[in-house]
Amino acid sequence: MSATGIGAPVRRKEDSRFLTGRGTYTDDINRPGQVHAFLLRSPHAHAELRRVDTTSAKAAPGVLAVFAGADMQVGGLPCGWLIHSKDGNPMAEPPHPVLAQGKVRHVGDPIAVVIAETRAQAKDAAELIVVDYQPLPAVVAGEDALKPGAPQLHEQAKGNLCYDWHLGDKQAVDAAFAKAAHVTRLDIVNNRLVANPMEPRAAIGEYDRASGEYTLYTTSQNPHVIRLLMGAFVLQLPEHKLRVVAPDVGGGFGSKIYHYAEEAIVTWAAPHVGRPIKWTAERGESFASDAQGRDHVTHAELALDKDGKFLALRVATIANLGAYLSTFSTAIPTYLYGTLLAGTYTTPAVYVEVKSAFTNTVPVDAYRGAGRPEACYVIERIVDTAARELKIDPAELRRRNFIPKDAYPYQTPVALTYDSGDYFTTLDMAMKAADYAGFAQRREAAAKRGKLRGIGIATYIEACGIAPSAVAGALGARAGLYETAELRVHPTGSVTVFTGTHSHGQGHETTFAQLVSDRLGLPLEMIDVVHGDTNKIPFGMGTYGSRSLPVGGSALVKAMDKVVNKGKKIAAHLLEAAEADIEFKDGKFSVAGTDRNVAFGQVAFAAYVPHNYPIEELEPGLDETAFYDPKNFTYPAGCHIAEIEIDRDTGDVAVVRFTAADDFGRIINPMIVEGQVHGGLAQGIGQALYENAVYSDDGQLVTGSFMDYCMPRADNLPSFDVATHATLCTHNPLGVKGCGEAGAIGAPAAIMNAVADALAPLGIGSLDMPATPERIWRAIAAKTMPQAA
Amino acid sequence: MYNFEYRQAQSVADAAKAVGADEEAKLLAGGMTLIPTLKQRLAKPSDLIDLGGIAELKGIKREGNAVVIGAMTRHVEVATSDVVKGAIPALSHLAEGIGDPQVRNRGTIGGSIANNDPAADYPAAVLGLNATVITNKRRIAADDFFKAMFETALAADEIVTAVSFPVPEKAGYAKFPNPASRYAVVGVLVARTGGAVRVAVTGAGPVVFRQKEMEAALGKSWSADAIAGVKQSAGGLNSDIHASAEYRAHLVTVMAKRAVAAAG
Repeated sequence: MSATGIGAPVRRKEDSRFLTGRGTYTDDINRPGQVHAFLLRSPHAHAELRRVDTTSAKAAPGVLAVFAGADMQVGGLPCGWLIHSKDGNPMAEPPHPVLAQGKVRHVGDPIAVVIAETRAQAKDAAELIVVDYQPLPAVVAGEDALKPGAPQLHEQAKGNLCYDWHLGDKQAVDAAFAKAAHVTRLDIVNNRLVANPMEPRAAIGEYDRASGEYTLYTTSQNPHVIRLLMGAFVLQLPEHKLRVVAPDVGGGFGSKIYHYAEEAIVTWAAPHVGRPIKWTAERGESFASDAQGRDHVTHAELALDKDGKFLALRVATIANLGAYLSTFSTAIPTYLYGTLLAGTYTTPAVYVEVKSAFTNTVPVDAYRGAGRPEACYVIERIVDTAARELKIDPAELRRRNFIPKDAYPYQTPVALTYDSGDYFTTLDMAMKAADYAGFAQRREAAAKRGKLRGIGIATYIEACGIAPSAVAGALGARAGLYETAELRVHPTGSVTVFTGTHSHGQGHETTFAQLVSDRLGLPLEMIDVVHGDTNKIPFGMGTYGSRSLPVGGSALVKAMDKVVNKGKKIAAHLLEAAEADIEFKDGKFSVAGTDRNVAFGQVAFAAYVPHNYPIEELEPGLDETAFYDPKNFTYPAGCHIAEIEIDRDTGDVAVVRFTAADDFGRIINPMIVEGQVHGGLAQGIGQALYENAVYSDDGQLVTGSFMDYCMPRADNLPSFDVATHATLCTHNPLGVKGCGEAGAIGAPAAIMNAVADALAPLGIGSLDMPATPERIWRAIAAKTMPQAA
Repeated sequence: MYNFEYRQAQSVADAAKAVGADEEAKLLAGGMTLIPTLKQRLAKPSDLIDLGGIAELKGIKREGNAVVIGAMTRHVEVATSDVVKGAIPALSHLAEGIGDPQVRNRGTIGGSIANNDPAADYPAAVLGLNATVITNKRRIAADDFFKAMFETALAADEIVTAVSFPVPEKAGYAKFPNPASRYAVVGVLVARTGGAVRVAVTGAGPVVFRQKEMEAALGKSWSADAIAGVKQSAGGLNSDIHASAEYRAHLVTVMAKRAVAAAG
């Protein structure tokens, strides 16, 4: 291992820029003549718009233009994944207008945009817009929306149902339940979350009258996807006249994947006002307009034989999609959820039904983990419940059902084929690091201090780098799922990598440079990684679903293969040897078995100054592009163990210990991986104990600010004990699996299993997330002083 | 925010004159409530009279058997003051737990009590320690100062200049913070000063209040056990997504016991 190659804990190249305030985020960009947009948003969760009068607003000081829905006749925001219901019918796909057309369906739904010289003037003018609302009854819970008589959101979605989807062999599952020795049943809620990246969304639209080119600067995880969706579906702008730039982006967690109304509005309006237009969300707008996450209500049943072997799993889920279909919303509770319900186990039969509902809430889409945390939560909570019911140690019950180490490739009953894994080793590692064996003593010691101590295990598997394109397409995806890389070798041998992935906290500028350093033998200073600009990058699907390294990194390997292969041809010419005899190692092309060699830089120079060059057979230049379409998902997996203490008097939960043992395949930069795990764990613990998007019955987001929406903070978290164990991915060239979401996938179940363990001696059953102090206090009070609860 | 005139007052008299002359004018202390309110356009003052430049409003001193804290003294100064730590450690502990570091470095004691947020920490200290609120016009006993949610005894042109805390024999503060805002869901300050016991509860009700049953019980026997059986009624208490009235009522007893234990 070199000091800068694969496996080296290199400090992040991008951090000096970020830590010294020299990053360039969208809101840092100010274009000449720039003006400001402010959106008037609905204060009602559901209302007809009888009249929107912008006359006074247009006359207000500094105002250049005001546009309402009637003024902006463009395409709607598209949904990127078509799901079919079990009866074969396509999902309900109601229009998602950029500005409300006659009706608003959630608090925050944009109604009009004011464009003015200053942001304050735009806000002042927005107060002058007269809107005559006819409020309608609202529905906020997915379960309620599907009930007869519920308020109806869309004409195109009868009963507020988007689709009624299923996966798995129902007959096999029913048969297995009929012969089960034991059945465990569980009702659980996966709470709705607000992503809350540190940087709020922002967008600048610009139009160049000379070239006819539009430019959109935006806080996006995938600028090419935005160019495609906005260009082709919303504004009908051809790609060659539309540039999308996603500069430094301060966190996304999924919420910046999607194409949002504001992007289309500033781009569309720029030629109308003849000035670049900037919009930046205030934090309150982020709460009211960024796609939110999770929000499932699930009934699950697990059938076991007399030895504790899982026979079948049956799951019924209602997923809340919010008011409109966000870009990938429909795929999350289906193909990214149902397909993961085998988990790490040999459960031979699984059947899942998912009904997805429209409600008067902010749209829901992928949020760190996206479907996989929901699946892990169902499986790991019900497995733990079964262990408690059968009085089998929860680790032992898991071991009895793990997929054996020699069973790969392993075909699950829910469509996926796991290529590699070893759940036994990560379980053992985590148990050892967590001193599982010593827990009983710690519980006793805690009891003496008046605390209820609990330990909880969660094993998880996830599917990353969603692929292959053809399979995803057959399942309804409306996009390809490959990635691209261009490796531009400059004449003096330095290198620029252009990747179609996008870094918004992940550290790609370092990790990808390490791949190049490792392969081409170059120091990191000679390698730059560029992302986030459709005019620079050949194409790209962006970053989500822990895909950047398994898919984008693999594309980079392919591009490097091409460069090395061409380099060998050039070197063979320079060394007057046969191409077949040229080897490339440590930055040198050599003739096998001799000390004759040329450095990588010399070959690059020869490629661009082709004085001594095989010009008849080979084009000059050393610049290669590769597209990589994966053969399969990758399957990171692992084990998380949480240890918590409950204050009996207040119900407050303290996380006192947290251990994670993860299998991410080959690790490129262990320091960055550890950081990714820490961040994911914080978000997973946040979901379990603190975070909750709460809507009132009339559709107001009660937790619409950080005064009420509780983010996990440093003082809520213990020092994490994290380790990795690698089984390599068998189908990508790096053997990598992805690590971005794992923390958020395993942690919620581990924490809630620990809470259940702490409370089990009191006879308290399952509690839902977040396990807030009052929720726990009430459960304790109901058992210990029934009159008080 | 909406436009307003910003003025920096040179003296308390100057500030009182300015705010008295215009009922749309507002005093700006630390701004920890006012600035977010302005940013959300929930208030539209004509003028902001900034008290930040008035030297006489700042500082902490020992005066006989009292600690006197200037109205514009920041929470962080109270939390770290040797004078406060030596005389009333419960007060420095309380200040140390207000909000977050940003709030503690900007927020002031005068601003906090004049705003009288039902979940703020300082009202519990002022009432529980039987402090005297000193204004440009008079001295107001703690029992007379906090009137109702966001309402105090202050007149329109009256400005808090300092708070005088008698040094207690014993005092303790225990708080169950709102996990998101770190305001008090319930905060209880217990103190025995000159033989008299006070139990002041913030966060639980619409305005800080004294728990007289607990005061009586602690007057007889200063111990956590003495109040373990005293139940706070849930009637009239606050209820929100973080804590129902019943839960807050329960927490009053729990926090009071912890405050007594902390007082020693």
